[in-house]
Amino acid sequence: MAESKDVILRLRGVKAHFPVKAGVFKRTVGHVRAVDGVDIDVYRGEVLGLVGESGCGKTTLGKTILQLVRSTEGEIVYRSPDNEESDLSKLDNEGLVPFRKRLQIVFQDPHSSLNPAFTIFGSLEDPLKKYGVKSREERRKIIGDLLEAVNMRREYMDRYPHEFSGGQRQRIGIARALSIDPELIVCDEAVSALDVSIQAQVLQLLMKLKEERKLTYIFITHDLSVTEYICDRVAVMYLGKVVELCRSEDLFAKNLHPYTEALLSAIPVADLDKKSERIVLQGDVPSPVNPPSGCPFHPRCRYAKDVCKSVVPPLKRYHTDGHEHFAACHLIDLPEATEEPVALTA
Amino acid sequence: MPGPNPSTITRRRTRLDAQFDRIRAREEAGLAKSGGGSRTLKKFLNNRLAVIGLTIFAVIILASVFAPLLTPYDPNKINLRDMLQAPSWEHWFGTDRTGRDLFARVLYGGRISILVGLGSAILAAIIGVLIGVYTGYVGGWLDALAMRVSEIFMSFPQIILVLLLVSILGQSLLNLILIFTLTGWGGIYRMARARMLSIREEEYVLALRSFGLGRPLIAYKHMLPNALGPIMVNITLSTAAFILQEAGLSFLGLGVPLSIPTWGNILNVAQDIRVLQSNWWIWLPVGTVISLFVLSVNFIGDGLRDATDPSQQG
Ligand SMILES: Nc1ncnc2c1ncn2[C@@H]1O[C@H](COP(=O)(O)OP(=O)(O)O)[C@@H](O)[C@H]1O
Ligand code: SF4
Repeated sequence: MAESKDVILRLRGVKAHFPVKAGVFKRTVGHVRAVDGVDIDVYRGEVLGLVGESGCGKTTLGKTILQLVRSTEGEIVYRSPDNEESDLSKLDNEGLVPFRKRLQIVFQDPHSSLNPAFTIFGSLEDPLKKYGVKSREERRKIIGDLLEAVNMRREYMDRYPHEFSGGQRQRIGIARALSIDPELIVCDEAVSALDVSIQAQVLQLLMKLKEERKLTYIFITHDLSVTEYICDRVAVMYLGKVVELCRSEDLFAKNLHPYTEALLSAIPVADLDKKSERIVLQGDVPSPVNPPSGCPFHPRCRYAKDVCKSVVPPLKRYHTDGHEHFAACHLIDLPEATEEPVALTA
Repeated sequence: MPGPNPSTITRRRTRLDAQFDRIRAREEAGLAKSGGGSRTLKKFLNNRLAVIGLTIFAVIILASVFAPLLTPYDPNKINLRDMLQAPSWEHWFGTDRTGRDLFARVLYGGRISILVGLGSAILAAIIGVLIGVYTGYVGGWLDALAMRVSEIFMSFPQIILVLLLVSILGQSLLNLILIFTLTGWGGIYRMARARMLSIREEEYVLALRSFGLGRPLIAYKHMLPNALGPIMVNITLSTAAFILQEAGLSFLGLGVPLSIPTWGNILNVAQDIRVLQSNWWIWLPVGTVISLFVLSVNFIGDGLRDATDPSQQG
């Protein structure tokens, strides 16, 4: 049961707002609410997908987890294997250093993720230095091993990024994230920029590494077919909020939220006999500067009722086949899960 | 979605493996063609104007450095028997009003003028880059402060600053370099800062931050090399500008003390309308050398700009 799982990261009410400045005096005239109150528990060893249309705040949430973007509000609690809890959002740069080793990130764009002025060794060695690998020979050995772990040759460490293909660069990005032995890796659209054939290969590699190194992934993607392939659970985001969070098999078969339903119906179905009705999402995603009142999805929701316009639906906990299933919608007519929330401090 | 049954897994594996082998083979084939030589250098050498510029630049610099080998005359030796002589086999560029050999003066003057130009440009670049790279990366109040300070320096009229410093500190070579550096660092600072602002959004910088590396290490070691191209361009262009400014200030008698030969000081005598009209050899050769040098430096700068511009892959 999900309930007995070990939490590695607990997000509570996480917000990341960017000021919008205008005028000669750069007055703040509003905020982009890129991430607007996210509650998620990430379990050790799982692959948690983060999906949603582009601009819904997935990348910002990923960067906020690593505090590359400072959160405006909320708690980002990392829980170490021996159950020590630390709220990353309250730490300064110095204080964050010990946790930099635990959480890492793989970026989206293979073209800007490697420094063009350095060889692979030159790019990767400074983090190792920082975390105590003093001798150059040892660093060369570690980086060579990492490259082999991502199916590349050791000798490649003395080359420059422009000599590599997109897929190779992405694998180097993965090697870099692994270099200091993290526990959790945020993969931000890690395969989206790649050819489909290479995507599969990189996904397979990520899964292999996860097994070998007991990693936890937060896998950000807008591609739902990828989630189906590798995620254990999926969180669906809309305008900076999580609207549904459940096991990935339930997402496809037993989703509860109207937005998820619409999102799923938008993916082309390969199976021709399985005719599914296509729900067209009307209009554009509203601006995160002025999100709609009430349920953020109400202007585009085909079930919207009056209550949706004024009252924000809370993220409630339900059960699907005995597994936790969160959703935020007024219309869900199911009994809420009643047991106490998972004990977070064992 | 029920778990995929074992047979599809193995089938998928083998297909992926085959694909993987193909990709790997392609990567290996790509090995041979890449590597070796700098693209930037090749592109620079393919640019004809830049190569011409580099040649003229080298000739003038070498001639100045090895001046004693090229001319027997002392640039400061006054010879009242040979005043205002037109060019001849003995005096290639003629002599000036006190009988000094102008060819020797142009060569030796080049040493000082180039020192002033290049020296101020490099000093200004060091200051501008040190400040701009760090504040551009870090941002915040430090960045705002640096920006204001540079604005103050850049908006101050240079000629007034020169008059001020000359009257306080007196006229000297060092003061002139100091003045050029003070008034010139702002340009390079702004450019370095602007480059850093765009580079800091690159994902490799975020990756370095995600390891908790120190700011100076990220800014100076990892980001600066990617801004070097425009910085080099800027150094060459400001060298040219400073040499012209030296000539201008010395022409007005505000630059390097007249006792030291510089290109500007040679021109200084051309203030006299009679010299301008009847003794063309005093100002024409040195004027030509200045123009050639400045032009060559500009060609080099343009060549560097094209060669280091990543949007023009060649
Ligand atoms: N540094 C920033 N400053 C201002 N707005 C930002 C910044 N980063 C992201 N945003 C805004 O936040 C919203 C969410 O962006 P993002 O997290 O990149 O979405 P996604 O990854 O889901 O496509 C977007 O509207 C984007 O314009
Ligand atoms: S709360 Fe209302 S508007 Fe929002 S998703 Fe549910 S039905 Fe649609």
